[in-house]
Amino acid sequence: MEAFAKAEKLDFRYSDDDRLVLSGLDISFEEGEFTAVLGHNGCGKSTLAKHMNAILLPSGGAVYIDGIDTKDEDKIFDIRQKVGMVFQNPDNQIVASIVEEDVAFALENLGVEPSEIRRRVDEALKAVNMYEYRNHAPHQLSGGQKQRVAIAGIIAMRPKCIVMDEPTAMLDPVGRKEVMATVKRLNEEYGITIILITHYMEEAAKCRRVIVMDKGKILLDDTPSEVFSQVELMKSVGLDVPQVTELVYELNKSGLKLDTHIITEEECADALIELLS
Amino acid sequence: MIKDITLGQYFPGNSVVHRMDARFKLVITMLFIVMLFIGSNTIALEVGFVFTAMAYLCSSIPVKLIAKSMKPILPILALTTILNLFMITSGMPLFQWKFIAITDEAVETSVFMIVRILLLIAGTSLLTYTTSPVALTDAIERLLSPLKRFKLPVSELAMMMTIALRFIPTLIEETDKIMSAQKARGADMDGGKLKDKVKAVIPIIIPLFVSAVRRAGELATAMECRCYRGGEGRTRMRQLKSGAADYVSLAITVFFLAAVIFINAID
Repeated sequence: MEAFAKAEKLDFRYSDDDRLVLSGLDISFEEGEFTAVLGHNGCGKSTLAKHMNAILLPSGGAVYIDGIDTKDEDKIFDIRQKVGMVFQNPDNQIVASIVEEDVAFALENLGVEPSEIRRRVDEALKAVNMYEYRNHAPHQLSGGQKQRVAIAGIIAMRPKCIVMDEPTAMLDPVGRKEVMATVKRLNEEYGITIILITHYMEEAAKCRRVIVMDKGKILLDDTPSEVFSQVELMKSVGLDVPQVTELVYELNKSGLKLDTHIITEEECADALIELLS
Repeated sequence: MIKDITLGQYFPGNSVVHRMDARFKLVITMLFIVMLFIGSNTIALEVGFVFTAMAYLCSSIPVKLIAKSMKPILPILALTTILNLFMITSGMPLFQWKFIAITDEAVETSVFMIVRILLLIAGTSLLTYTTSPVALTDAIERLLSPLKRFKLPVSELAMMMTIALRFIPTLIEETDKIMSAQKARGADMDGGKLKDKVKAVIPIIIPLFVSAVRRAGELATAMECRCYRGGEGRTRMRQLKSGAADYVSLAITVFFLAAVIFINAID
C-alpha cells in the first residue's frame, strides 16, 4: 500500500548559506498510524512537522501527501485540508472570540455552505467534548479546553492526518490528560493518522511507533519498547526514557536479568513479582 | 484590577433591540445622527429626544448606564458651553462685565448644543450596549461589502477587527503577568511624579510588544494551516437574518427623520 505521507531525501535549510536543519530524511507514515516523534531541541522535528502541510517547502528532495507533491502550489489547500496542524500554545491558534466561530474558521476559508459549516462545527465540538462550551469566549476556558477547541477547529476540516507540535507542553497535568485522551479517541474512532511531537516519554510510550530524531536525521524508528530499550543511545542524544524503562535499566545494571522491552508499569510489576517469587 | 475592564460596552440581554439585525441597528444609528444634526430648532430636538427615549424603553437598558456613559464627555460639554456662551454676541445681553457679554441667544444655543450632544451619546451608546462586538464586526463587513468593487479590502479589515477583539483579554492577562513580574523585581508602579510613572510603563510595554509580535507570527502560521487566503471565496457560518421588527424599526426611524425635515422646513 502506498504510504499516506512520505518524505524522500528531504533536505531543508532556512536560508541558502545556513546549515541543514533536515538532511536526507526518508520517512513515511501509513494511514491510521499513531506515531510519536522525539528529539532534543533543535533536532528538526518541528521543521519536519511544518513540511507535512506545506507551511515549509523542501530545499531538496520532496514530500508527498496522499500522492500530491507539496511543491504543487495549485494543490496547497488540498494538502492543508488533508493534514491539519495543532501547535503548542492554544492561545495563538484561536482566531475568533467565540468558540464555535473559531471552529468554523477553516470551513469558512474553504468556502463551505453555511448549513454544512453549522453541521460540521457541531460534530467537531462534540468529538472533542466541547459542545457545551460553543458560545464561550476562549479566555474563559482552561488551557486543556482551549487546546481541544484548537483541535476541533482542525477536525472540522475532516483531515486524514493531524500533526501535533507539542500540544501538551503548556498544559497542566489535567489538561494534558484531556488532550491526550481526545487525540487517542480521534485516532481509534475516526481513524485519523496522528503524528505527535512530544517531550513527554510517557506519552510516546503509548504510541504504536516512535521516531527519534537527532541533528536533522532519523536515529531510531521502531515500536516504543524497542526504542526505549536502548537507554544509552537515548541518553546520548539528550533524551530521557520512561521511568519504568529507567528502573529496569538500572536493575539490570546491578545484575538482574529483566526484559529490557518493558514499557508499562503493569508489565514491570508483573516482571518484578515473578522475579521475587 | 486590570481584569475589570469590560470588552466593548456590550450588555447581553434578550430585548427587541438586542435581537435586531446588527446591520439595521447600524443604519438606524446613522439615520439618528443625521436626524440630530439637521434638526435646527427646539421641536426637532424634542422629536430626537422622543426617539431616543423610545429606543431605550425597548432595550431594557437601565437608565443608570446612560448616566455612566455621559461621564467621559463632561469636559467636552463644558468646553462647548463656555465657547458658546462667550463667543456668541448676537441677541439681547443678559449680563455684561467689561468686554465679556452673555446674550440670551448664547444661552439658548448652549442649552441646545448640550441636549444635542447628550442625545447623540445616548443614542449611539445604545448600539454598542445591545450589539456584541462580533455581530457589529459582521454588520460592518456586510454593509461595506459593496466597496470591495473599489478594491477596499473589507473582509481583511473585518478579520483584523475580529482578531483585535479576540486578543484584548489575552493581552490584558499578559499585561497583568508582566506587571507582577516587574513588581517582583522591585519595580515601583504607582508612586512618584508623572515622569516616574511614565518611566515605569516602559518595562511593561516592551515585553508586551515583543510577545504580541511573537503571538502574531504564530497566529499567522496557524491561520495558514487552516487554509486562510484572504476574503475571496470565504463563506460565513453565521448568517445575519432580518425580520419584521427590523423593517418596522427602520420605517419608524425614517418617519422620525421625515418629521424633523418637515419641522425644519416650516420653521
